[in-house]
Amino acid sequence: MAPKNPLEETFIEGEQSYASLDRAIGDIVLDQKRQPGLKWWVPFAIGFTLLQVMMLALTVLVFTGTGIWGINNPVGWGFAIINFVWWIGIGHAGTLISAILLLFRQQWRNSINRFAEAMTIFAVMCAGIFPLMHTGRPWVAYWLMPIGPDTLRMWPQFRSPLVWDVFAVSTYFTVSALFWFIGMIPDFATLRDRATKVFPKVAFGIVSMGWRGASRHWHRYEQAYLILAGLSTPLVLSVHSIVSLDFAVSLIPGWHATIFPPYFVAGAVYAGFAMVLTFAIPVRKWYALEHVITMKHIEWMAKIMLATGLFVFYGYLTEVFFAFYSGVEWERFMMMNRMTGPYWWAYWTLIFCNGLVPQILWSKKIRQNTAILFVVCMFVSIGMWLERFVIVVTSLHRDFLPSSWGMYFGTVWDWGLYLGTIGFFTFLMFLFMRFLPMINIFEVKELFSRMIGAKPASSPAVAKAEVGAHE
Amino acid sequence: MDSDSKRNDLAALQAKLARAKGRDLWRGLEEISDTPEFQRWVDDEFPYRATIPQVDRRGFLKFMGASMLLAGLSGCRYLPKEYIVPHVTNPEDRVTGQSVYYASTVVLGGYGTGVLVRSYEGRPLKIEGNPGHPSSLGSTDATIQALMHTMYDPDRSKNVTHGGEIATWDAALTMLRDRVAKHKSGELKGDLRLLTETVTSPTLAFHIRKLLAHCPGAVWHQYDAVSRDAAFRASATAFHSPAETVYDFTKADIVFSLDADFFSEGPGHVRYTRDFMARRKVEGDAANVNRLYAVESTPNLVGAFADVKVRCKASEVVSVALAVASRLGLNLGSANLPATVSPKFVDAVVADLQKNRGRAIVIPGEHQSEDVHAIAHAINAALGNIAVSYLAPVAAEWTDTETSVKSLAMDMASGRVETLLILGGNPVYNAPADLAFGEALAKVPVKVRMGLYEDETSALCDWHLPEAYWLEAWGDARAHDGTASIVQPLIEPLYEGKSHLEVVAGLTDKPHTGLELLKEYWKGNGLGSDAAWNKALHDGVIPNSTSPEVAATIVPFSVAAPQAPASIEVIFRPDPTIGDGSLANNGWLQELPKPLTKTTWENCAYLSPKTAEALNLNVWRDADNPKHDVVEVKLHGASVKVAAMIQPGHPDDSVTLHLGYGRTKAGKIGNGLGGDAYALRKVGGANWSGGATIERVGSTTLGNTQYHHSMEGRDLIRYGTVAQFAENPTLSPEPEQHAEEGEGKEPNLNLYKNAAKEHEWDGHQWAMAIDLNLCIGCNACTAACNAENNIPVVGKDQVSNGREMHWIRVDRYYGPREGDQNLEDPVTHFQPVTCMHCEYAPCEPVCPVAATVHSREGLNQMVYNRCVGTRYCSNNCPYKVRRFNWFNFANHHDVPVIKLRNNPDVTVRGRGVMEKCTYCVQRINVARIAEKKSGVPMKDGAIVTACQQACPAQAIVFGDKNDPGSAISRLRAEKRNYSLLGELNTAPRTTYLAKVKNPNPELEKA
Repeated sequence: MAPKNPLEETFIEGEQSYASLDRAIGDIVLDQKRQPGLKWWVPFAIGFTLLQVMMLALTVLVFTGTGIWGINNPVGWGFAIINFVWWIGIGHAGTLISAILLLFRQQWRNSINRFAEAMTIFAVMCAGIFPLMHTGRPWVAYWLMPIGPDTLRMWPQFRSPLVWDVFAVSTYFTVSALFWFIGMIPDFATLRDRATKVFPKVAFGIVSMGWRGASRHWHRYEQAYLILAGLSTPLVLSVHSIVSLDFAVSLIPGWHATIFPPYFVAGAVYAGFAMVLTFAIPVRKWYALEHVITMKHIEWMAKIMLATGLFVFYGYLTEVFFAFYSGVEWERFMMMNRMTGPYWWAYWTLIFCNGLVPQILWSKKIRQNTAILFVVCMFVSIGMWLERFVIVVTSLHRDFLPSSWGMYFGTVWDWGLYLGTIGFFTFLMFLFMRFLPMINIFEVKELFSRMIGAKPASSPAVAKAEVGAHE
Repeated sequence: MDSDSKRNDLAALQAKLARAKGRDLWRGLEEISDTPEFQRWVDDEFPYRATIPQVDRRGFLKFMGASMLLAGLSGCRYLPKEYIVPHVTNPEDRVTGQSVYYASTVVLGGYGTGVLVRSYEGRPLKIEGNPGHPSSLGSTDATIQALMHTMYDPDRSKNVTHGGEIATWDAALTMLRDRVAKHKSGELKGDLRLLTETVTSPTLAFHIRKLLAHCPGAVWHQYDAVSRDAAFRASATAFHSPAETVYDFTKADIVFSLDADFFSEGPGHVRYTRDFMARRKVEGDAANVNRLYAVESTPNLVGAFADVKVRCKASEVVSVALAVASRLGLNLGSANLPATVSPKFVDAVVADLQKNRGRAIVIPGEHQSEDVHAIAHAINAALGNIAVSYLAPVAAEWTDTETSVKSLAMDMASGRVETLLILGGNPVYNAPADLAFGEALAKVPVKVRMGLYEDETSALCDWHLPEAYWLEAWGDARAHDGTASIVQPLIEPLYEGKSHLEVVAGLTDKPHTGLELLKEYWKGNGLGSDAAWNKALHDGVIPNSTSPEVAATIVPFSVAAPQAPASIEVIFRPDPTIGDGSLANNGWLQELPKPLTKTTWENCAYLSPKTAEALNLNVWRDADNPKHDVVEVKLHGASVKVAAMIQPGHPDDSVTLHLGYGRTKAGKIGNGLGGDAYALRKVGGANWSGGATIERVGSTTLGNTQYHHSMEGRDLIRYGTVAQFAENPTLSPEPEQHAEEGEGKEPNLNLYKNAAKEHEWDGHQWAMAIDLNLCIGCNACTAACNAENNIPVVGKDQVSNGREMHWIRVDRYYGPREGDQNLEDPVTHFQPVTCMHCEYAPCEPVCPVAATVHSREGLNQMVYNRCVGTRYCSNNCPYKVRRFNWFNFANHHDVPVIKLRNNPDVTVRGRGVMEKCTYCVQRINVARIAEKKSGVPMKDGAIVTACQQACPAQAIVFGDKNDPGSAISRLRAEKRNYSLLGELNTAPRTTYLAKVKNPNPELEKA
């Protein structure tokens, strides 16, 4: 064993065996009696209802036009872009956990990565709705794709950050989905093998793609997984950097800032961990997974939030500093307007939520208090949404010519679509929890095997697990 | 089925029923009889199947085929048979796709303005000024530009109606001729009365007089809601004979306005603006310009432009006039100066008037009292001002219209009027409220109304006759100086309309067409030959028809001492866009921002900040708080509810209400907007009336196009005084930094000092310059652009959310006047803003689909078909000139007549695409094609943009900046020339020329 290894910390609590881990995670899917009943149904039903609101909001939007939203001249972007950036940001925790922590050999990631990756994918799905549907003519939005001169007789305009967005987000989604799916194959096999009913057996049999657990399979799996992790790692930095360029490339005061890429990435990780915690805290309790998603995990995630929250707060201070240091009249006005203009409440609430509230995470007691932590995560989610609101709206609503200044307020359709995507996300997350292994079974078992000292396969516990996995 | 079994034996049935036990219910007698047929019927799943014909497969197919065919037919409409015959030989003057311009005359308020109307394949499309006409000189105002909207207004009246039922022209004319005959013969005891608006048309007047002669006892009344009564009465006071005052602003060094708005009201205002601006042009480094003093009640465009402006209540203007007159040695009466007018101002005006004897104009407001008019006449006469001349009246029968309508109303009420023919106007809506015109009208046995719309007046008349629009019927009119011109139609009436002329002439004689009547009249009045007629028609002016000058000598008079103004004064003014309300159904005008307040779609109660504060109204409403207070203005027992709005520069203790709103039968667009100020207007108080109370009753949202009124200290509009201009000809706040600008050199703002130029700008390079020194903020450019470029109307709700579609807007900013930091009476600045066609356009690189790109001639082009609508370009536009189609604004598929209005050279934009100013690329293309075809390089001025063409102040110049001899090159080389937000290095092609004011240095010293 290595001299000082994170494994010395306990990431799996209680008396466990391979079989008990299989049961704890796998049976959630296979044995519907393990489902927490109303605790699943109520959030699922809320999510499903809001999903209908989303469908309605989208239908009305397509039939009438973006005019149903509050956007106007001068504020050409509103909730759609705010929500897009917010959702993309939320996805970032998943990629960070699965890719970067994997490359850094952070074993503790094993019990939360699957969950976080699912959030990434669902968040990107929610995010993707907005840039598509906010266009005036969504039916031709595919012109942003580099379909090329053969069919469209024209390339998109590669100088526009919106085209980079298309590449960034679609790559992000593809890689994340592949990563997620490949990571699940061994678990699908486990479920296939443990399933007693026909349907799950067949279904998991199909998606496990013939996995037999052969060492050749494992070899290829590890290689593929590492390659995907390698691909994902730059994405963690690039996706939100590119999203931030939508703003930074423009000349609007409040958007035109070089601090944006790092500041957006930090904010994304920050918001992402907040969302992971928001779901992890209740779910580990409802599904009795406290021994796998331990207090250690919770606390470490809180620490990451604290760190990224400080990055973000530093970003806010830098923005203020440069607005004044630059001596540019537009920048100075923009900053004063943010702080004291009609949207002062948004700015100060954001500073409170993102800058001040997370400071209580310096205390270990609070980091370990899931109730308070849950509330802090809510503050962070709201704060990060407001951050994008402040960037998008307060910069646009008062730019260069006072004659064109205006105000922006979301309409019922703006809110409907926003809440609708939250419903869509919840809907997908709860389906995922019910029908897919929400924790990586084999990685937890691998972790377990290292914890118990990599005993030879003759150990009864291991042997039992082997049987479970390879039958 | 045999017939016997169908019959039920009643006795058997009854027996059966008697046998039944319990609560048996039966469906029908058949059930009780329990026949086998009934059993079969009950057992059958589809018992009525027999009604479907028993068909085999072939039959079924035939059946379906026929159904489909008939279904298709039902979509057709039965239309009368028409033949479309192509030309075998194309008429010489007609080339498909090429427009033809015809001279015609717009008649507004009775007075004609000569125009050239574009006809595209038989439909009139765009109105331009007629350079040969004295009231236009080639320009127009916003109202004239918007008239094409009324031409194709689907709400215009389409039929003759009698008692609300559709009738025929034959029936109406037979009835009218019969009435006239009976009046003539004395069979009808009561009077025949005719009510028109002011008539300048010589032919119509001739036929009206003929009717009056034909039918003794008939009386002709005239009424204008927005009248020139004060001018009429004053000429009676001052000269004892009616005389039309005409001004020549090119000859005036000093202009002293007594609450006059000669930029936007009254006959000849387009011409006056142009003449005035001829004396404001600054070329090179020397500013040799006239000076404009303004005394003003309701802020107007003249006050906004004035070099020196003071405000006072409308009733106090006469005091200022008297003070100036007495200082000039005229003994007309005495009065105390209003508190807001300092004696220094009077000193300065008097000194300047005396110094410039003969070269000054004192001009009274159309809506000022006859006293003010008379005093102005006296001063002009005393100073020997050659710029002021007096002509014989232009109106055929110049009358005091208020008195005229009053006598009509009284006669109607007393039952003296037997037959009333109302031509045009809308007296039920806009006659003085105390006349109760509508009630009096009910006592007239036969009342016939002819009008463009079935409006409030038509509703109370027995007959309504549809009037042909001026583009549909022949007529004539006279200009502000009396020059007559022909109203030439361009299209057959869209509906059943006829002209006033045709109807009136048809009452005394057999019906003639308008053309016949006109030709006949003018044959005896100077257009004897066909050649002369054709020339007059072509030129749009009838030669030698100007009113003769009359010797107007001042008869000594005195003015009664003005009464102390009573509490809150209500000032009535025609609305800056829809005028007296007759254009209320014109969407282009409704959505055109009021020049000073930038409100659309309604009238407001305009108050000074101090008065609003005193009334406990929320002042200085900004976008932060879009709610405006609604107030109830009560005057002499009547009241009107409108939104309150602060108008900086408004006199205290006064409230301005614009007329023309609160219509109930204007049409789909104009109904129910704003409040009806006519309800408060009484005889004797047409222009203002004291003793009002104002109370806050609620709140509302206004549809303003601009909410923020300060430049925030930014260098957006450069301005300075003549003295400052002499010191610093760029008028830039940072003269050193901008020293290079404006001398043809473009400052290098590139980060890379030695960077190669991105483009070689060779060939034609289009550019526009807007001289802020000339702009009066009248919005004619916006209205012209609407008409030229198919700009959709979006409605108040959309405007209040910043979604108006105007491609060119006029920004209005307030700045502090010397010594007034509270913005009680600020200086007003206007700045027309349109697409800058930046050489480094920020919109271009951010478009993901390259839908906005640069042309090699320097145009920033918008490719509608390629646009997906991300709106990134609009966000990144520092000038915010891009407009987005949030909905399918331009969709009028349900109303075909509206589609006729569209300019076929300009794409109608669909939902979800961005649009913006194109520099009228369709006009550039026409000139370029001509150039390519002929091989002759186009001359400077070959391309005139719509805004430029309309501008009465000639503030907009467009052309090729690569042509060193072009007007645009000269302007761009002026030191006053600057780029808006130039430091962003967008290199705009639209540049501005700084504004040079000419205040009195004596007053500046104070």
